[in-house]
Amino acid sequence: MTLVKLLKINKIYNSGEVKFQALKNINLDIKKGEFVAIIGASGSGKSTLMNIIGLLDKPTTGLYELDGQDTSRLKEDNSARIRNKKIGFVFQSFNLLPRTSALDNVAIPLIYAGVSEDKRKDMAKKALEQVGLDDKLNSRPSQLSGGQQQRVAIARALVNNPEIILADEPTGNLDSKSGQEIMKIFQELHNQGKTIVMITHEADIAKNARRVIKIKDGEIT
Amino acid sequence: MEIVQTIKSAFTAILANKVRSFLTTLGIVIGVTSVILLIAVVSGLQTFITTQIQGLGSNLLFVIPGRVGGARSPGGIQENKLVYQDALNLKMKLAGEAEISGAVQKNATLQFKNKNDKGAAVFGVEATYPKIISIKLSGGRFFREVDQQAARRVAVIGQTVKNNLFAQGQPLNQSIDVAGQKYTVIGILEPRGSIFGIDQDNSIYMPITTAQRQFGIDRLNTIYIGANNSSNVASVQKKAIAILKKRLTEDDFTVQSQEQTLSTISQITGVLTAALGGIAAISLLVGGIGIMNIMLVSVTERTREIGLRKAVGARPSDIRNQFLVEAIILSGFGGIIGIVLGVGISLIVGRFFTTTVPWWSVLLSFGFSTLVGIIFGVAPAIRAARLDPIQALRYE
Repeated sequence: MTLVKLLKINKIYNSGEVKFQALKNINLDIKKGEFVAIIGASGSGKSTLMNIIGLLDKPTTGLYELDGQDTSRLKEDNSARIRNKKIGFVFQSFNLLPRTSALDNVAIPLIYAGVSEDKRKDMAKKALEQVGLDDKLNSRPSQLSGGQQQRVAIARALVNNPEIILADEPTGNLDSKSGQEIMKIFQELHNQGKTIVMITHEADIAKNARRVIKIKDGEIT
Repeated sequence: MEIVQTIKSAFTAILANKVRSFLTTLGIVIGVTSVILLIAVVSGLQTFITTQIQGLGSNLLFVIPGRVGGARSPGGIQENKLVYQDALNLKMKLAGEAEISGAVQKNATLQFKNKNDKGAAVFGVEATYPKIISIKLSGGRFFREVDQQAARRVAVIGQTVKNNLFAQGQPLNQSIDVAGQKYTVIGILEPRGSIFGIDQDNSIYMPITTAQRQFGIDRLNTIYIGANNSSNVASVQKKAIAILKKRLTEDDFTVQSQEQTLSTISQITGVLTAALGGIAAISLLVGGIGIMNIMLVSVTERTREIGLRKAVGARPSDIRNQFLVEAIILSGFGGIIGIVLGVGISLIVGRFFTTTVPWWSVLLSFGFSTLVGIIFGVAPAIRAARLDPIQALRYE
C-alpha cells in the first residue's frame, strides 16, 4: 500500500530576479513499512524534498498524496494536524527544548493532539522505553549525551504513533558509535513495521536502509 | 491546544526566566500602584471636603458679596455692598421659610490673664446661626436674641481658643479680652478640626451687633440662609435673589447653594483625578512597551522552539495564544501586585491623610494593565505565529 505518492513535483524558489529550481519533476512512491534513504550532496534538494513530504513546505507544481489524501489544498491548520498525527520528525540538531525534561520533551506532540496530561505522561514514558531511555525520564537535554538526546528526539517522533518517520541527517551531529546506535533503533522500528524516510549524505548511513534513492541537482537519478 | 495547557506552558516559560519576568512586570506594578495611589489620594480629598461641607447642613445657602463666575471676579477690586439691611430684608420676606443670619469676620488677638491667642477668627453672627449651621456646644450656651439686641459683650469660644487661654480651669463665665474689650465666655464649641489647613477651632462667636460696634464694620462678609425644608432650597434661593435685587444689582452678590459648592469641588477633583491618573497611566503604557520588548526578545530566542512546535503539530493559533497568554499573565500579575501595593500604601498614607480607594479604580487599573498586556502582546505573538517552521528550525 502506497503511503507517499509524489507525482511530477517541481519546486522553484523565486528570490528576486533569480529563479532556482530545487526539485525537478520528482516521481516517487514509498510504501507502508519501507525503510528508505534519500542520499545526496548538500544543495541537491534532498532537504526540500523532505520538507515537502513532511508538509512543512508545498511544491510549486505537482501532486503529493499522503496516505491516499491529496495535500495540495490543505490549509495551514490542517497540515499542522496531519503533521501531528501522521508524521514524526527527527532532526540533525535534535531540537529538544532546553530546561525541559526528556519526558516533557517527548510529550510535546501530544499536547497539540489534545491528549490529557496523565495519558501524555504514560505515552511519553512508553516511547522513551522503546528507545531504551526509561531511566532518563527526568533528565534534561544538557544532562544527556548527543546519542541520548537523539534517542529522546526519536521517542518524540514515535509518541503519536505516526504513519511515517522523517529523519533529516539523524546522525549528522553524532560520533560514529552513537550513530550506529541510532541506526540500530531505526532497524528495530523498521522490523516493527514503521515506515522510515531518512535523509543523509553519507553512504555508510544510507546502507542501513532497504532502499536508497539518489538525488542530484533536484532530480532522482 | 486547550487553554489550561496554554496557561501552564506560559507559566513554565515565565518561570524559566524569573529575574527577567520580574523586571518586566515591575513596569506594570509601578504603573498600577501609582494609578491606585493617586486616585485614592484625590478621592480621599474629595470625600474629606464633601463631608466637611455636608457637615454644615444641606439646606444651607449663603450670600457672598460680588459675582462668582461672572465677568468681574470678586475680590478687592469690587466694593462690598452687602449690609445688615439686606439680611433684615431677607429675614422679613422669608419668614417661615428660612432662618437668616448675617455674618461679619475679623481677626483679633484674645487675652486671658497672661495668656493670649493671636490671630483667632472672630465671627459676628446672629442668634439664629446655630439653627442654620450645625454647630454643637460642649458647654454653656449660644447667645440669644436679647444678647444680640442689647449688643452684649458675650462670646462662644472654640476648642483651640479654650486650650490657648484656659490650659487649666473653667472658661465659662470668665472674662476674656478681645481686641481690648472685655467679653464674658458663655459657651464652648465642640472641636471641628481644620479645613484646607485652617483651624476652625481657633475662633470665637459673638453677636453681630457687638462685633459691628467693636470693629466698626457695617459690611457683611456673608449672609447665611438656612431653608426650613430641604425640598424648598431651590425656591428659597430664587426668592433670596429676587429680594436682594431690589436694593442691589446682580453683580453685587451671589447666592450659592451647597449643591453648587459641591459640584464645583467635584469638578476640581475630577480634573485632578483625570490629570494625575493620566500621568500614572503613561507609566502603565511604558510598562506595556517593556512587555512588548521582552516578548519580542523571547520570540527571537525561542525561534527554534517555535519551529519545532509547529513541526510536531502546533497550529499558528496555538503559538499565537501561547505568547499572548504569556504577555497577559505578565501584565495581569503586575496588575495584581500593583493593586496589593497600591491599596496597601493607600492604607498607610491614610493614617496621615484621608485616602479612599474607590472600587472602580481597582477594576480600572487591573483592566487597563491586562489590556496593555493584550495590546502589547499581540504583535510579538503574531510574529511568532507567522514564523516559517523550516527557517525557524534552522535558526541559530
